[in-house]
Amino acid sequence: MFTQANETKLDELITHYPVKRSAVLPALYIAQEEHGYVTDDDVKYIAQRLDMRVNEVEEVVTFYTMYSRKPVGQYKLQVCRTLSCALLGAEKIAEHIEHKLDIGIGETTKDGKFTLMEVECLGYCDLAPCLQVNFDYHEKVTTEDVDGLIEGLK
Amino acid sequence: MTKVLTNRFHLKGRACDIDVYKETGGYQALPKALKEFQPDQVIEEVKKSALRGRGGAGFPTGMKWGFVPKESKRPKYVVCNADESEPGTGKDRDLMRYDPHQMIEGMIIAGYALGSNTSYIYIRGEYWYIKEILEKAIAQAYERGYLGKNILGSGFDHDMYVHPGAGAYICGEETALLESLEGKRGHPRLKPPFPAVVGLYGGPTVVNNVETLAVVPHIIMNGGEWYKALGTEKSGGTKLFTVSGHVNNPGNFEVPMGYPLMSLINNECGGITGGRKLKAVIPGGSSVPILNAEECEKVNMDYESVAAAGSMLGSGGVIVMDETADIFESTMNITHFYKHESCGWCTPCREGTRWLYKVFERMKRYEGRPGDVELLYDLADKILGKSFCALGDAAAMPVQSAIKKFREDFERRIKHNLVQIGKAAD
Ligand SMILES: Cc1cc2nc3c(=O)[nH]c(=O)nc-3n(C[C@H](O)[C@H](O)[C@H](O)COP(=O)(O)O)c2cc1C
Ligand code: SF4
Ligand code: FES
Repeated sequence: MFTQANETKLDELITHYPVKRSAVLPALYIAQEEHGYVTDDDVKYIAQRLDMRVNEVEEVVTFYTMYSRKPVGQYKLQVCRTLSCALLGAEKIAEHIEHKLDIGIGETTKDGKFTLMEVECLGYCDLAPCLQVNFDYHEKVTTEDVDGLIEGLK
Repeated sequence: MTKVLTNRFHLKGRACDIDVYKETGGYQALPKALKEFQPDQVIEEVKKSALRGRGGAGFPTGMKWGFVPKESKRPKYVVCNADESEPGTGKDRDLMRYDPHQMIEGMIIAGYALGSNTSYIYIRGEYWYIKEILEKAIAQAYERGYLGKNILGSGFDHDMYVHPGAGAYICGEETALLESLEGKRGHPRLKPPFPAVVGLYGGPTVVNNVETLAVVPHIIMNGGEWYKALGTEKSGGTKLFTVSGHVNNPGNFEVPMGYPLMSLINNECGGITGGRKLKAVIPGGSSVPILNAEECEKVNMDYESVAAAGSMLGSGGVIVMDETADIFESTMNITHFYKHESCGWCTPCREGTRWLYKVFERMKRYEGRPGDVELLYDLADKILGKSFCALGDAAAMPVQSAIKKFREDFERRIKHNLVQIGKAAD
């Protein structure tokens, strides 16, 4: 179901725990990395691999905000909206991206490249305002930084 | 000022390499503990240090360790809480990315003290690159015989794994964290039983914050009394504070417990941005009561002093706001956070945070109704002390304290008042 390398990774992960089910969060990351989001088949397959019921996996996926059950853009632009970032202009950063890419929060550009998201505190409060692109952090971002960043990814 | 935990920060991550860590004094405490200390003696030393948990609740660490039963049919676990999701806090991030071995060494010593052969580091999913740093560091520790079977010939075995969270603040709460680690939704468990007795997979489990565990090697090397003497009588040692918001030089700073808040702002952080006036500080992460400028002048950063000022030291996330800040807006922002992060398990928190936010929304449009300020206060009261876990209180306290201290910022949002002001202008 996953690539051979990822199957091996999952086998290894399962050995970390006395209970297979504990590997469900890491397994979902593998699925998401391979398919861009967690597909119906992923949910079924992970359930089977970890001795869980399908609805048990579904329950977990929907609880955690870092998983998506629908296709999303290749680059998730995640702007932190929480207090420390808000105090230093996070809203302006989000608005700038909205105008630049002509999408609203939660939307994806037509070419499927970018999804704009507002997220809660990313643990970079002292480096605010903060933006995470997929897993990459960008600290003390300005609107010019955002322009450079987006051009670089286009 | 003595620094304990941040001595390798200037190496900007080079101490992630085990050789650099060793050259700078690392992996001396573990051999010492294994050779010179009985497990109980480690716990005694931690008790002497007056170390209190750095994750937010400030529970005495030695006492927590003492609750773990000596004999247990089920395996015991050490779990490092690296979920770091309390808004305003970013200290565990630097402790892990600049000096991962320090915490790992502390965890192995904790495992030895508690008779636990397995530990997990539960790290927030967003810190993926730090997860990779930790995995590399753990692999190096295995290679050198600090982890695995028969560590340094002592007969003690210990395995360590990193486990990623996936974006849920509630998983920082220790019992929700354990549920999550078991592969479930992160709903908190009823306490008691406490995790120290019935925790992960039903076994006795100590959950400690990154910073708490990173202190342990230093207590072994220099003694509990030494550590305690760095701070105040009841709050031993040093503490990392993340300072964010309207200051010239935000960042993570290690200072002795009892350090004046204004010194932290003026010395470490170079004062308020643009030389403006201080308006308010949230001293311990977004969930604690706000302090006004007058209170800030007097308060020292230790558990007792901050409590005496009517707030809490919490996680050490210091959010500074100058005179341009609107406390209505800042409190609404925090309320959005708690509404978003409420796990939905119990009604007062799930419904209460939504209602709070609804009232905030109309007040934001300057369409507040007469009595809305009282309504906010009252709604918070319906959550406070009535929810299943501490997230409910975390949502309620900021609202109540903000209304008490900055009522004018809320009153301005009542439509009726605007009409009155308009009339007065006519
Ligand atoms: C809603 C909520 C979120 C929490 N988040 C964290 C967190 O991100 N990191 C942390 O170490 N402790 C967090 N805690 C505190 C933990 O429940 C627990 O007290 C702590 O990990 C114990 O470690 P310590 O004694 O070393 O502080 C949180 C508590 C609550 C109620
Ligand atoms: S207080 Fe909130 S977070 Fe805690 S159990 Fe209830 S709904 Fe969940
Ligand atoms: S508030 Fe944005 S990273 Fe913490």
